[in-house]
Amino acid sequence: MTGGYGGVDILQGVDLVVEPGEIVVIIGPNGAGKSTAMKAIFGLVHLREGHVTFDGAEITNLQPNKIVERGVGFVPQSDNVFPSLTVAENLDMGAFTRRDDFEPARQKVYELFPILRERSRQLAGQLSGGQRQMVAMGRALMLEPKLLLLDEPTAGLAPAVIDDMFASIREVNRELGVSILMVEQNAKQALRMAHRGYVLAAGRNRYDDTGENLLANREVAEMFLGG
Amino acid sequence: MAELLQLVVFGLVLGSILTLGAIGLSLTYGILKFAHFAHGDFMTLGAYFALSLVAMAHLPILLSIPIAALATILVALVADRLIYRRLRRTRPVILLIASVGVALILRSAVQIIWGPNVQVYSPGIQLPYVIPFGDGAIRIKPDHLIIMGGALILVSALHVFLQYTRVGKAMRAMSDNPDLARVTGIDTEKIVLWTWGIGIFLAAVGGIFAGMDAQLHPVVGWRLLLPVFAAAILGGIGRPYGAIAGGMTIGLAQELSTLVIDPSYKPAVSFAIMVLVLIFRPRGIFAGRST
Amino acid sequence: MDALLSYAVFFVSIAGIYAILSLALNVQWGLTGLFNIGIVAFVAVGAYTSVLLTVEPSATFDGGLGLPLPVGFVGAMVTSAVLAFFVGLITLNLRADYLAIATIGIAEIVRLFLKNEEWLTNGVRGVGGVPRPFAELGQVWMPVAQMLLVLVLLAVVFFLIERARRAPWGRVLRAIRENELTVLASGKTVKAFRLQAFVLGSAIMGLAGALWAHFVGFVSPEAFEPLQTTFLVWVMLIAGGSGNTKGAVLGAFIIWAIWSGSQFATDLLPPEMVTQAGALRMGLIGLLLVLVLLFRNEGLLSESDQRRGDLAREAREERRAG
Repeated sequence: MTGGYGGVDILQGVDLVVEPGEIVVIIGPNGAGKSTAMKAIFGLVHLREGHVTFDGAEITNLQPNKIVERGVGFVPQSDNVFPSLTVAENLDMGAFTRRDDFEPARQKVYELFPILRERSRQLAGQLSGGQRQMVAMGRALMLEPKLLLLDEPTAGLAPAVIDDMFASIREVNRELGVSILMVEQNAKQALRMAHRGYVLAAGRNRYDDTGENLLANREVAEMFLGG
Repeated sequence: MAELLQLVVFGLVLGSILTLGAIGLSLTYGILKFAHFAHGDFMTLGAYFALSLVAMAHLPILLSIPIAALATILVALVADRLIYRRLRRTRPVILLIASVGVALILRSAVQIIWGPNVQVYSPGIQLPYVIPFGDGAIRIKPDHLIIMGGALILVSALHVFLQYTRVGKAMRAMSDNPDLARVTGIDTEKIVLWTWGIGIFLAAVGGIFAGMDAQLHPVVGWRLLLPVFAAAILGGIGRPYGAIAGGMTIGLAQELSTLVIDPSYKPAVSFAIMVLVLIFRPRGIFAGRST
Repeated sequence: MDALLSYAVFFVSIAGIYAILSLALNVQWGLTGLFNIGIVAFVAVGAYTSVLLTVEPSATFDGGLGLPLPVGFVGAMVTSAVLAFFVGLITLNLRADYLAIATIGIAEIVRLFLKNEEWLTNGVRGVGGVPRPFAELGQVWMPVAQMLLVLVLLAVVFFLIERARRAPWGRVLRAIRENELTVLASGKTVKAFRLQAFVLGSAIMGLAGALWAHFVGFVSPEAFEPLQTTFLVWVMLIAGGSGNTKGAVLGAFIIWAIWSGSQFATDLLPPEMVTQAGALRMGLIGLLLVLVLLFRNEGLLSESDQRRGDLAREAREERRAG
């Protein structure tokens, strides 16, 4: 993928693959193009060169609602809930493109995050940061996607909440069979649960390997995992 | 005392009209992210469509209201397709200037088609209901009851729509955060069309009510734009429920102000309230929700 | 031939007054991004100030001091500036769209004031017998001298604004408009600069109002309507190229040509349509506005062209110096 905003190519030939059932983590320094790569997959950044394919079909530069319909969910990093809607309404919005009965999907989300069932009638704007993140992820899961894109799902959360969030992500992957591509700052923790990882730097692939191997790689550890 | 209550009645009537205008303005502002300066002139257009139905097709006014409002929506959708949609990628202020252009075009069309003179829906004077009260009496015209009742029905219908329908919830979501709405998979173009539809429908009905309350003239809506804006700002932009409170407050304040100031300065009241709100509570007085 | 010549003189005079207004709006909107759609308020206040200062005392209202014309012109600028100062003080921190609606409110209040405060303004009857500059030159030469006065004032305003634009002051304004300064300067400084631009632009609008009043010889509240006094000016600036000083002047002359040309066209209408002529021309203004935005967003002379010109000139000057 090559592209960016306003004629500046933030991505200069980034190459990412997620196999079905995998958790793939993207790490790298600030400005490496991690978030931009996620947005590019989702049609939010115009790609000058390169392709995005999903399930064998080309989805390059499609409108986001068309990509959602094909089974790709996206959870942005910040401002990712509708604050003046209730928790239940936020989940409804995730199912906007669905015309079938999505009650089972809602029940699955509530099983994954029981607190959301308790708070279902509360306004999302009044929830804590961790609970908002659950709402955001739950909303994306309402479509029962095949692939979920998570942009720094633990940013700004307390350490204890971060552990819960990682556990939930693993559960989504194992129990619901959703492939996951995530950008993460808590690189070590993320790589430990990932099947594979990518290290991006300056808009290019730097390393790609299994999560374990990247953790073991001395260069990666020194440069990107803070020693 | 009777005089005061009489002013309250006038205030509620004016408030009903302003509310209908302010809801649409607030919704378009919240969802399309620009101040739609042609909103008042769409109110005028709706009022004149109804005039044609009443005067030429001899339809009863109550039947003319929905037909005229639907016709006004069509004009708004044409304006959106030909003008606003093409400018949506530019800065909001460009859309604002364009909407001033649309306002002038609409007013010009109204004046060319229906003439520059003052007109009324039904000639003659309506006999008011007189309710004796204390030392005086309160007079309420049948049209006043239609205006207040009509506004109440429409506001209730809007409430049901926003709270319980898929599109209504999506409209609130988009008003909260249009970018997130897009990535959530909401068909934002469709919501934009719904926003125009609902906002302009209410505006057109408000314009017709303004014509019923007093008279029709080509600047009836433009004159309402300032208090309608004041109501929308008072209620908090993008918040339809705030617009209701804002509309009623401005309506009552304008009418009650005549107790203390020269009635010819009535329009200045909404301006003063608006400026005070903008300085001290820029998110609106009735914006109770945390964001 | 004489009729044509005297029409040309009339045309240039009015277009020149509009060019002054367009330049004034360019200071506020073009350079600083202040959205004023209440231009008519500052024009009317300027016009009335100058008229009330210079007309002979009257029995029906208190205005009318019989002072010399230059006093009227200066007074016009001062009152418009003072009004702008107080309006700006309370509204300039607002976003562009809120400022826009606030200026509509100001215009409405000024209109109500001029209409209702009969003791001062003679109310809806208006004020006649306004002294006209160079009246002593007679019917033939007076209009020519007036035209020259307008052009001289236009030139002065043009060169002052052009200098201010290229000076550090103008650069600060541009930076404020582009939101570049918020990190460098405190909110207070930013507001002070915005206020300066707003007051300066409004003072020039007041001057244009005074010129217009003495040119026409009569003022009334109805003479100042937003269509011709606010929106026409906006079309001029946007069509000419907002932010571009030459564009502001060019836009004024071109749009005034179209506008007065449209009057010839509507004069040809059958008599039963004549009352609609004003409406047709209002639609024309709206249409022009929309078309310019859709097809020539930057105007005829764009601001970026002008910036390129500035940079080239600076480079030349540096080369010469070095």
